[in-house]
Amino acid sequence: MNEIKHRSAFSFALPIMIPMGLSFFFLGLGFGLYATSQGLPWWTAPVLASTIFAGSMEFVTIGLLMAGFDPVNAFMLTLFVNGRHFFYGLSALQRYVNMGWKWFPTVAWMCDESFAINVSTKLPDDVDEKWFYFHVSWLNYTFWVVSTFVGGLFGDLLASVDLRGIGFVLPGLFIVIFLEMLFNAKSNNIRGFGAVGAVVALAMLLLTGKSLFMLASMVCMLIVCYIAYKWGGVHLD
Amino acid sequence: MTSFEMVITVAIVVAATLLTRFSAFLIFPPGKKAPEFVQYLGKALPAAVMGMLVVYTFKDTIVLSYPYGIPELIALLVTVGMHLWKRNMFMSIGAGTVVYMILIQAVFNVPK
Repeated sequence: MNEIKHRSAFSFALPIMIPMGLSFFFLGLGFGLYATSQGLPWWTAPVLASTIFAGSMEFVTIGLLMAGFDPVNAFMLTLFVNGRHFFYGLSALQRYVNMGWKWFPTVAWMCDESFAINVSTKLPDDVDEKWFYFHVSWLNYTFWVVSTFVGGLFGDLLASVDLRGIGFVLPGLFIVIFLEMLFNAKSNNIRGFGAVGAVVALAMLLLTGKSLFMLASMVCMLIVCYIAYKWGGVHLD
Repeated sequence: MTSFEMVITVAIVVAATLLTRFSAFLIFPPGKKAPEFVQYLGKALPAAVMGMLVVYTFKDTIVLSYPYGIPELIALLVTVGMHLWKRNMFMSIGAGTVVYMILIQAVFNVPK
């Protein structure tokens, strides 16, 4: 019932988004600075950020723009780099439903960070989950675009400050989210899948290297899940 | 590349990115009941993908030469330890990041 969802999903989402905003701010500054250092105008970073909105792919796109025109390569490379979004979609199929107009922007802005927060945050009963998903998505989008804007305009001013290591905000955030997910999991089987995901990714990183390992891990995870489902008798209800 | 070719390139990247985000929903439309195995994946994958994402953020760690991944390992342990102890998101991330910055800048002096 909607009437009992009193608490504002926004005021619940905002404090959770602060570490995210910080992490995006420094990454965005870096991206803006990177774009201008490649000789591109200051507005390149915010334009790429607001249209593509997929961090690593934006860096790759700078490379594409500096190279010769090759639309087929651009298409294939994007599918390759962003293939993990398909997995996020599979994981969120039952979550992102009955959202009305909020569905389109929530899926269109489904970045690593929004996905991570939306699947892991344990919401109290009085917070509307659909609004929460939407707020997390647009806040992340706004943080990122504004940060790249600042980075494109003023990145060179900040280049003199020694910020080496600030990037640990992002791994730190994912570690904490992962731990919370393990704490809050409904069953040990879910915790098991979490552990398998980390171990498989680590193994694939060692075996296939850093450009291939995400796709390799996802294929392995699908196989593991299928075996667990079909023959392993691992139930998740 | 001409400006027109640049616009086309960015448009292709945007379209392909949207395709990766929407494809799962296009194949298994919300509203319709997805196959049982896909529903199973919906429960099993979030935790697994999160485990993968943690590894993903460490993919550029230098392990085989100086500083041998030591700053990352210490910062990881600080973050986990802090979180097990206080279970406060800000404190855990903050402590891990500050320790990592000190290690990178002052202890190991890793160049940018």
